[in-house]
Amino acid sequence: MAEVKMFGAWGSPFSKRVEMGLKLKGVEYEYIEEDLNNKSSLLLNYNPVHKKVPVLVHNGKPIAESLIILEYIDEAWEGPDILPKDPYERANARFWAKFIDEKCMPPMWKACWSIGEERAKAKEEASEALKFLENEINGQKFFGGDTIGLVDIAANFIGYWFRIAEEIVGLELMTQDKYPNLCKWAEEYCKCSFVKENLPPKDKLADIFKGIIQAQSAPK
Amino acid sequence: MAKGDVQLLGAWSSPFTNRVQMALNLKSIDYEFIEVNFYSNKSESLLKANPVHKTIPVLIHDEKPICESLIIIQYIDEAWTKNGQSILPSDPYDRAIARFWAAYIDEKWFPLLKELGKESGDETKAAIMRKIFEGAGLLEEAFVKCSKGKEFFDGDNVGYVDIVLGCFLGWIKVTESMAGLKLFDETRTPGLAGWAERFVSHNAAKDIVPEPHKLIEFYMMVQAAKASTG
Repeated sequence: MAEVKMFGAWGSPFSKRVEMGLKLKGVEYEYIEEDLNNKSSLLLNYNPVHKKVPVLVHNGKPIAESLIILEYIDEAWEGPDILPKDPYERANARFWAKFIDEKCMPPMWKACWSIGEERAKAKEEASEALKFLENEINGQKFFGGDTIGLVDIAANFIGYWFRIAEEIVGLELMTQDKYPNLCKWAEEYCKCSFVKENLPPKDKLADIFKGIIQAQSAPK
Repeated sequence: MAKGDVQLLGAWSSPFTNRVQMALNLKSIDYEFIEVNFYSNKSESLLKANPVHKTIPVLIHDEKPICESLIIIQYIDEAWTKNGQSILPSDPYDRAIARFWAAYIDEKWFPLLKELGKESGDETKAAIMRKIFEGAGLLEEAFVKCSKGKEFFDGDNVGYVDIVLGCFLGWIKVTESMAGLKLFDETRTPGLAGWAERFVSHNAAKDIVPEPHKLIEFYMMVQAAKASTG
């Protein structure tokens, strides 16, 4: 039995966060792809509370929730730091990772798939949230400084998934003129060889997003 | 450490503030408590300390602000390593489990209690109550696993999950009296029922969790204030 197993889904940014964390630390693991429309009984046993991916199983013990898994990976294995060492900087990293999950991703995702007033409202909410991130990155190469850290890993959706979706749905939210720092960060982030290897193929994601649009416009 | 180095912006009625006070107590940290009126006009000092969320609590340590109660508690644990025992467990897996339950309590379970307070329809209320009881069942299982037969989630001592859940005991009692039933009762959740009694009399929590009647008074006052300005 492999010591480290990971249940994930190829298109999920949350799943990819965990893989990035494991690869950053050089941890060997067995990857199990889950069909999110038909979840395995093994996954449901390992995560009975939320029934979601990703789940990390280390020596038979499961851990759920991507940010919690990342902190666990940082503490359980040697290697490059995912969180900084200084307590204040750690608090800061946790703050922005949580901010991304709670205040950025939901309205950004909603803005992609809604229309009319709902879209306008979600777009405004997302714009406000991204302004805070724009100020936070403030010309640094990464949120983590010179190397990627927890916040950069947490922001994978913003740096990659969202940019693809935005283009397909014609949203124009994270524009160069409004968010020059964030756009520069996204470019650096996706160029970074370590990140590049851990992202799902652009064309496969694009197909998924186009599929969502088709399903939405199909006669009911 | 001089008292002036640590300040806590908060409100006596806020469980999120209370849990930070408990963490500071566990570490015997001296601090200045600055009461903030968070339900009406946000004070300038709060907006300066927490421009992103504009909420309490905010811990200010050596003039640097830290926001979000769970993040503040972990900061307290990591910045004061020589004061008493750790708030989070020492084993990485136990820490992950503690963080998991803290997130569940804050993101899934406590919001149900708030929702109950807002709803008026009987059917909706009943549906929310069912979810609250289901959640209590999960928390009972968590207590049994984490405590390993001891008094608190953290074992012999009060720790992270104890204060994250325990800070809500005042509001839980308010909900119980308004709904006419017990959330942590001896039959359905015997572990939690015993834990709740032990927690409110523990040094870390005593004098911090507000009396239910004071919370009810406070709640009525806020509702009246909202009605008069709305």
